[in-house]
Amino acid sequence: MSEHPPATFDDFLRGVWRENPVVVQMLGLCPALAVTNSVANGLAMSMATTFVLLGSNLLVASLKRVIPHEVRITSYVLIIATFVTIADLLLEATVPSVHKQLGPFVALIVVNCMILGRAEAFASRNTVSRSLLDALGTAAGFTVVLVLLSAVRELLGAGSLLGVDILGPQFEPWVIMVLPPGGFLTLGIGMLLIGWQAERQQRRTAAARAMEAA
Amino acid sequence: MSDLTWILISALLVNNFTLTLFLGLCPFFGVTGKVETAVRLGVANIAVMMITAVAVWFLNAFVLVEAPYLRIISFIVVIASLVQITEMAIKKISPALFRALGIYLPLITTNCAIFGLAIFQTNRGYGLLQGLAFALGAGLGLTLALALMASIRERLDLAEVPSLAKGFGISLIIASCLSLAFMGFAGLGAG
Amino acid sequence: MTTPHSHGAPATLDAEPAVPSWRLLATLGLAGALAGGMIVTVYGMTRPRIEAHRAALVESAIREVLKAPARWDTLYLVDGALTREVAAGTDARRLERAYFGFDDAGAFVGAAVTAGEPGFSDVISLIYGLEPTTGALLGMKVLGHKETPGLGDKIEQPAFTGQFDGLLTPLAGVKGSTGMPNDVQTITGATISSRTVIKIINNATERWQPLLQAYLRGGTE
Repeated sequence: MSEHPPATFDDFLRGVWRENPVVVQMLGLCPALAVTNSVANGLAMSMATTFVLLGSNLLVASLKRVIPHEVRITSYVLIIATFVTIADLLLEATVPSVHKQLGPFVALIVVNCMILGRAEAFASRNTVSRSLLDALGTAAGFTVVLVLLSAVRELLGAGSLLGVDILGPQFEPWVIMVLPPGGFLTLGIGMLLIGWQAERQQRRTAAARAMEAA
Repeated sequence: MSDLTWILISALLVNNFTLTLFLGLCPFFGVTGKVETAVRLGVANIAVMMITAVAVWFLNAFVLVEAPYLRIISFIVVIASLVQITEMAIKKISPALFRALGIYLPLITTNCAIFGLAIFQTNRGYGLLQGLAFALGAGLGLTLALALMASIRERLDLAEVPSLAKGFGISLIIASCLSLAFMGFAGLGAG
Repeated sequence: MTTPHSHGAPATLDAEPAVPSWRLLATLGLAGALAGGMIVTVYGMTRPRIEAHRAALVESAIREVLKAPARWDTLYLVDGALTREVAAGTDARRLERAYFGFDDAGAFVGAAVTAGEPGFSDVISLIYGLEPTTGALLGMKVLGHKETPGLGDKIEQPAFTGQFDGLLTPLAGVKGSTGMPNDVQTITGATISSRTVIKIINNATERWQPLLQAYLRGGTE
């Protein structure tokens, strides 16, 4: 590994798709399922998580030479808990209704393995600028999944998007979608679609290779 | 139904930590290959949850009265230290139990179910007994969810799952069915 | 845990100079102090707004269930009796309380109390206004619940909450209208949720009405 590889666009892109925290690494499932019963909640959770991720990656990357190896995890946890508390206070001060909706799940960002994972796996051994890009990418990947999940669940479960009625009064809402089983089901179907897409691609490349060989 | 019974039943069935609050999903999807492993992890969790409940009650009642904004940071530090101390104590007192539970204890530190327990217990203003009932219910609920998931997956090893659903996809669909089944427990407390 | 084959791993760790334990402690102490400092600073900045929001929430709830009183007093429940003043040293935040509302002329209109019990899926909490002498309700507002969207959550809609104004306790849940002064129409598809609301109010009234009456008798001297 070279000492200081420059920050690249790939640092950002990697987190969005190829190493997407939720659908590829299966991290941060708790918030991804618990608060995605409406788009507004999903967005608020994404924003709070982005804030914590940026803050923790920034601090961990800039302090990586100061923090002794033996107490690094404890220090990372302290840093993350600080930013989560700040996010919690800021949310309650600015948008109390959203804060009430998310409830205890704002505090639970602290145990979102995704954040500690990025601190340990990336920010602790890379430059500040690369770590910030990595945080942005991971946060973007997290946000995309949460917004997609919450959009499907709110549209089918309440017939609306961001609280605006879309499907009209004659639509009978599938209430189950905004309840816990709907969360598991929506992400499950999403995973099936991703698996199907991956298989199709594999078959295509295999077919292309066979053609070449022939 | 008495207050304590309701808290226990609610955390165990009606508002099951894993299947309706989405807490402890990492072990739920990660460590549910075998029933025996799952149950052991669950039992370790019950123990840690009970200890956590006492610690959190103590912090809330005596330490954090004037500084509720330091909750998140003190809970996470206390829980992490408690798990470490429990691990060391079990190692000293019962090496056999340590061998059985040992590898699961570090996993519990990063388990959101424990931290979730602390936060929910605080938000609902539970006292010591209520907190213990809540911890017992939540721990049993987690164990139940882990055991159910593990027994289904043991069967699944013998079933023909479509290749595109192998792994995470099928687990999520199963979790959805389990969660749906647990919704049937709603209304148990009212009456 | 060490097996004869794992000598490689400790050796590479030993290659780095061991960090003295005072440095570990110092780092953690510094990190803790920094974290505490940052949190306290942000808390200081956000506290006025957070407290204003919370106060506004309580205020609007009291206004709603006591039908816009001119002013109200907060009374605390200490040792089984209501009191206006809390003895120094006790933490008022942890005490149960009742809000006594007064109209423009300064006459007592009713008291608002909060209560909660398990509903269909989790605890339903509400605040309601009560005229202690007659046992008549002034109004009811649901503060928090986790009932099923589309069914149980109708308990917070005006069609249901509006029925409570002027009803006499103890309440009874009925299907369809009867016009009796203590009948509440339960919601179709959410019978348990509606019955829980009725039960909460009945149980709370049973407990609070004597306390409120006792205070009023004492206060009119």
